[in-house]
Amino acid sequence: MIHSLFLINNAGDLFLEKHWKSVISRSVCDYFFEAREKAVEPDNVPPVIRTPHHYLINIYREKIFFVSVIQTEVPPLFVIEFLHRVAETFQDYFGECSESTIKDNVVIVYELLEEMLDNGFPLATESNILKELIRPPTILRSMVNTITGSSNVGETLPTGQLSTIPWRRAGVKYTNNEAYFDVVEEIDAILDKSGTTVFAEIQGVIDACVKLSGMPDLTLSFMNPRLLDDVSFHPCVRYKRWESERVISFVPPDGNFQLMSYHISAQNLVAIPVYVKQNISFFETGSSGRLDITVGPKQTMGKTVEGLVVTVHMPKVVLSANLNATQGTYNYDPVTKILVWDIGKLNPQKLPNLKGSLSLQSGAPKPEENPSLNIDLKIQQLAISGLKVNRLDMYGEKYKPFKGVKYVTKAGKFQVRT
Amino acid sequence: MLNHRFLCRNEDLKEMLESNKESLKLEAMKRIVGLIAKGKNASELFPAVVKNVASKNIELKKLVYVYLVRYAEEQQDLALLSISTFQRALKDPNQLIRASALRVLSSIRVPIIVPIMMLAIKEAATDLSPYVRKTAAHAIQKLYSLDPDQKEHLIEVIEKLLKDKSTLVAGSVVMAFEEVCPDRIDLIHKNYRKLCNLLVDVEEWGQVVIIHMLTRYARTQFVSPWREDAMFDENNEKAFYDSEEERKVEQTKPYIMDPDHRLLLRNTKPLLQSRNTAVVMAVSQLYWHLAPKHELSIITKSLVRLLRSHREVQYVVLQNIATMSIQRKGMFEPFMKSFYVRSTDATHIKTLKLEILTNLANEANISTILREFQTYVKSQDKAFAAATIQAIGRCATNISEVTDTCLNGLVLLLSNRDETVVAESVVVIKKLLQTQPSQHSDIIKHMAKLFDNITVPMARASILWLMGEYCEHVPKIAPDVLRKMAKTFTNEEDIVKLQIVNLAAKLYLTNSKQTKLLTQYILNLGKYDQNYDIRDRTRFIRQLIVPNEKSGALSKYARRILMAPKPAPVLQSAFKDRDRFQLGTLSHTLNSQASGYLELSDWPAVAPDQSVRNVEVVEPKFYSDSEEEEEEEEEGSSSEGSSSSSSEESVSESESEENSDDSNKSSSSQSEKSSSESDSEKKKKTLKNKKLQQQKPDILIITYLPPQIMQKTLLLIIMTKYILIHIVLSISTQFFVNCMCSLLHLCVFLACQFDVVSWHVHVSLQASSPVFVPETSHELLHRMTGKGLSAQYRFTRQPCIYGNSMVSLQLTLSNSSDQALENIHISEKSSTGQNIHRFNAIGERHTTKEDEFSVSIQPAVGELLLPITMSEADFTKEQGNTNTSYWHADETPTNRPIHFSVCISRFAGKTVSSGSLVLVSVALKDPDAVITINTEKTVIGSMLLRQFKTALTNSCP
Repeated sequence: MIHSLFLINNAGDLFLEKHWKSVISRSVCDYFFEAREKAVEPDNVPPVIRTPHHYLINIYREKIFFVSVIQTEVPPLFVIEFLHRVAETFQDYFGECSESTIKDNVVIVYELLEEMLDNGFPLATESNILKELIRPPTILRSMVNTITGSSNVGETLPTGQLSTIPWRRAGVKYTNNEAYFDVVEEIDAILDKSGTTVFAEIQGVIDACVKLSGMPDLTLSFMNPRLLDDVSFHPCVRYKRWESERVISFVPPDGNFQLMSYHISAQNLVAIPVYVKQNISFFETGSSGRLDITVGPKQTMGKTVEGLVVTVHMPKVVLSANLNATQGTYNYDPVTKILVWDIGKLNPQKLPNLKGSLSLQSGAPKPEENPSLNIDLKIQQLAISGLKVNRLDMYGEKYKPFKGVKYVTKAGKFQVRT
Repeated sequence: MLNHRFLCRNEDLKEMLESNKESLKLEAMKRIVGLIAKGKNASELFPAVVKNVASKNIELKKLVYVYLVRYAEEQQDLALLSISTFQRALKDPNQLIRASALRVLSSIRVPIIVPIMMLAIKEAATDLSPYVRKTAAHAIQKLYSLDPDQKEHLIEVIEKLLKDKSTLVAGSVVMAFEEVCPDRIDLIHKNYRKLCNLLVDVEEWGQVVIIHMLTRYARTQFVSPWREDAMFDENNEKAFYDSEEERKVEQTKPYIMDPDHRLLLRNTKPLLQSRNTAVVMAVSQLYWHLAPKHELSIITKSLVRLLRSHREVQYVVLQNIATMSIQRKGMFEPFMKSFYVRSTDATHIKTLKLEILTNLANEANISTILREFQTYVKSQDKAFAAATIQAIGRCATNISEVTDTCLNGLVLLLSNRDETVVAESVVVIKKLLQTQPSQHSDIIKHMAKLFDNITVPMARASILWLMGEYCEHVPKIAPDVLRKMAKTFTNEEDIVKLQIVNLAAKLYLTNSKQTKLLTQYILNLGKYDQNYDIRDRTRFIRQLIVPNEKSGALSKYARRILMAPKPAPVLQSAFKDRDRFQLGTLSHTLNSQASGYLELSDWPAVAPDQSVRNVEVVEPKFYSDSEEEEEEEEEGSSSEGSSSSSSEESVSESESEENSDDSNKSSSSQSEKSSSESDSEKKKKTLKNKKLQQQKPDILIITYLPPQIMQKTLLLIIMTKYILIHIVLSISTQFFVNCMCSLLHLCVFLACQFDVVSWHVHVSLQASSPVFVPETSHELLHRMTGKGLSAQYRFTRQPCIYGNSMVSLQLTLSNSSDQALENIHISEKSSTGQNIHRFNAIGERHTTKEDEFSVSIQPAVGELLLPITMSEADFTKEQGNTNTSYWHADETPTNRPIHFSVCISRFAGKTVSSGSLVLVSVALKDPDAVITINTEKTVIGSMLLRQFKTALTNSCP
């Protein structure tokens, strides 16, 4: 399936290659570079590229292109999903997935890639298992390793791999048994000029951090499971129980993992937490424009809106911005043409406002379209859909775990057209 | 110089490798791996590295493996040195070492070791560890790519591994099957059902591969489920899917889906909830290619969900949706808004979304879509704006109601400042005008006015073509345009020049008075053009239109040739022809056949033999079934005491536990389970039933069950449960049998057969064997009254080996006193003409004291009915035969809202003693149920009826 993998940075340097079958010359990447050049923006590179003898399937993540070489028919999503899994594993191991961390940990990276694929077919992709095979680097361990010459390769067989519960390692032991769940909801919305909702939906995930000894069997139930329109689960969740009883029953992996993600579609009413009054105009003469943006709370369910940021991708002709913000700070980058207004906490008594003039390139025609605004925000202790966890029960183990649930609402792809 | 330094460094690595210190060696290997990762050549270190292959240090060893696999091909002779190490490791007691030895051995691409590899694979395929077997499956593919001549032997191994029941192996071996022998579909038959059942528990990557393989398999083995739908299908699929064939068979008989086909669809459905996008896509394509059209809608939501994922995932999913949305608009129409474009999307994502929106456009939603398109046209991304204009053009041609609106909108765009937008509008307008030119001379005039400002060649050419084609509608302007063009001819692009020549010719034919000179001038210019296409065209046109001696008959027809009415272009989706590829494949994404693409065959007209898939298997337990069993199990065994516990016992025990649990829940949450859910509910229950059915043959009869567990499984709960659910859900008689059996506790027993402790059942798999055997026992004798002896009985529903007219009964005797009980037997003085097959007394010796207890077996109803198989037609016939049969009918109010999908449930059986027929049918007419019982035996009939009535009425909450 996956023949080879090349890692290429944003500047076009190929800094790592790995082959699972016979070696393929790195010159195959020339086809990729060609496409990369044509696309201008890295985001516009087509994910699947055909070359005379191979197919290149690539993903772009954290400023790195993961380019895999394929020789025969394979579902493209299979490869794409796997490449993302590789990137996530790196992130999990090294804290971030960047060129420098990969270069610093090249041996571990190589060992990981070796374990993740056998003959191009995924072998072990569960982080619990990989961590048993290859221990993630820590400062302490790398020091001990250099002194004692001991290794960071696990000596035992990962027990999970052989059981019917491949995601959990055996013999987990904690003195403090705890299980935390974060319900994170993101609002995806498009609002039009007048503020009416063109499209809105809620994407939610439940992230879990479970540190429980032994083989706990957990059951998580909701107050209002019917709210969930469409769900997808970590492989540990038993589909049948969900289908019949609408509870989430699972033997969790050890540590952090994403238990489920769900979708509450546009059909249900999605509360929009803020409104934006904006007026951006460019003048026909004088190469200037005016900008006036006010943000106010709408449906916040009595919670405070925090981390409010407004981002505007200005048209190419905008040279600079001379603005005045009543709250927070603004920054206009004349190279990327991005205006960022970092507001912070939204005060309902005194609405934040950004006002001022824009200067345009002289002589250039005025831009036809006003730029749309992207809003970022965060509301603590609230799941905007109203989803509530009812209870968490544990079977199979005797101790009493410490349990906790946290709710956060964020703006996802929240766009205001102007 | 540089080369020299490089050599030096390698020298020092060599030294490090040859030192005695483990840490130095490790350090050296790490640096070498670093070199390999950078793509630098480190092959000359081979001899120094390969020495360390037998190192004790695991990390060092692993790094040596990495090196070996990378360079073995280049240094074949030296690589052979390491082989013996691997051969030794293949015999290691640790499965991890065995597996990794096989992995590396099979990755060394040295043809000489093919026989060794073959041997190792064969051995590993029978290894006890499923992990090693999985590695063997991977090794098969490696060996095959190294030496395709081994195919036959490898197929044997694949065949063996396909039988493997481990979820770990399944994905890998199917992968090997797909690479080595995808055409050997016969290997799958026997494993088909197993694979379907395993699927949920296989790791996600294996799921993708298995699903794709099963899709191909199903297309060769089952008949098309689309026949019936084709009638009310919106998009006239019939014409597309091989119509002749279908029309022939259409009249024959109603389509019944093969249960195996259904099994596949049912078992893949939960995987739509997978977090792995590839799995979701695989299931979606399976449904697209295999499911009846009306079941397709369930995949929509999941596909739309994937759009939240990474950019690359979006790209592939959108492509597939684009193909689907051409054929079936309805599927995605409710989710139209999910395809709205954001300004932050990548260009290829935007274009795909646009494509889908255009496919989804219909009379009802066109105004919304056009409004959305208006925003896009203004986009800063000009390529995208141009694509939007094309999309508008497509909407305009497809939906005649909006053609005029679109056209007006496009004309407005002609005054747009951006050139690409204007050009694209011109091109699209040209296409639109062709459909109805006469009414639009205004637009043509308007375009002629704009002509001077337009510089994009394609747009200029389009306007010129329009002028020429419809010059009769704009008789005044066309010659003037030609005059201007004559001036600029030499500076135009080729494509424009061709159109100028074209325009000149057309004007010459229609209006030669005004344009004769101009035309000749242009033809002269063209004659000496640098481009030979233009020279050719000019020469041809001149001969055609200017009459002279040499020109033959052709010039007479010049007008008819040039001014012939031309068909309007059809604007259609670029995804129109993509459906020739299986969805979700690389070939589909590329829109061209990738190497190794396996064609999806057409449905067979007649289904091949179904029985090839028949196997008798004992399904192992999987994670997804286990629910809360673990603890139940524990409880059971702890109370059971020491030696008597066996795994079979606890499994079947917990199963009945589970059932009763379920029933509790289902009755208590009745109100919650609205009709909307009944569908999924039904599926689940059916599944459960299947499971019971499958497990029945290998259930060992349980003896000595601890009493507290027994009491827990209250019969009543089981009763209500099965009535509640199974009557409601029964589709086939099989299920109805099921509920009958659990419901009815008729009296009279005719024969009892006892054995000492355990009684081995002789299983016979008749079609009409009971589907469900309750595990509950009833008390016959309490230990207090029995002076230490307690007895429990249970109907096993197995054919009695002592006589055809006898009912089997299992009696469990236990001694709870502290002394031995002896000579337990059934006394002769049994009651009223019943025939009991007695068992031999237990422990027949020194009888010191005799106690006698008279017991009676509780009226246990339907236990003396034997279910029989009967076709529906026969059933109705027999039922209609009222002369000979006793007939009961009653209306029972069932005061709960039941939403029945099936209205009539039937059960056919005969009494065990006399073999007289008993027919029961329950027709549900909301909120009443009509129960009809036909039998000669009045007593049984009335009892049955009473039981039914109570059961149905009691089941209400």
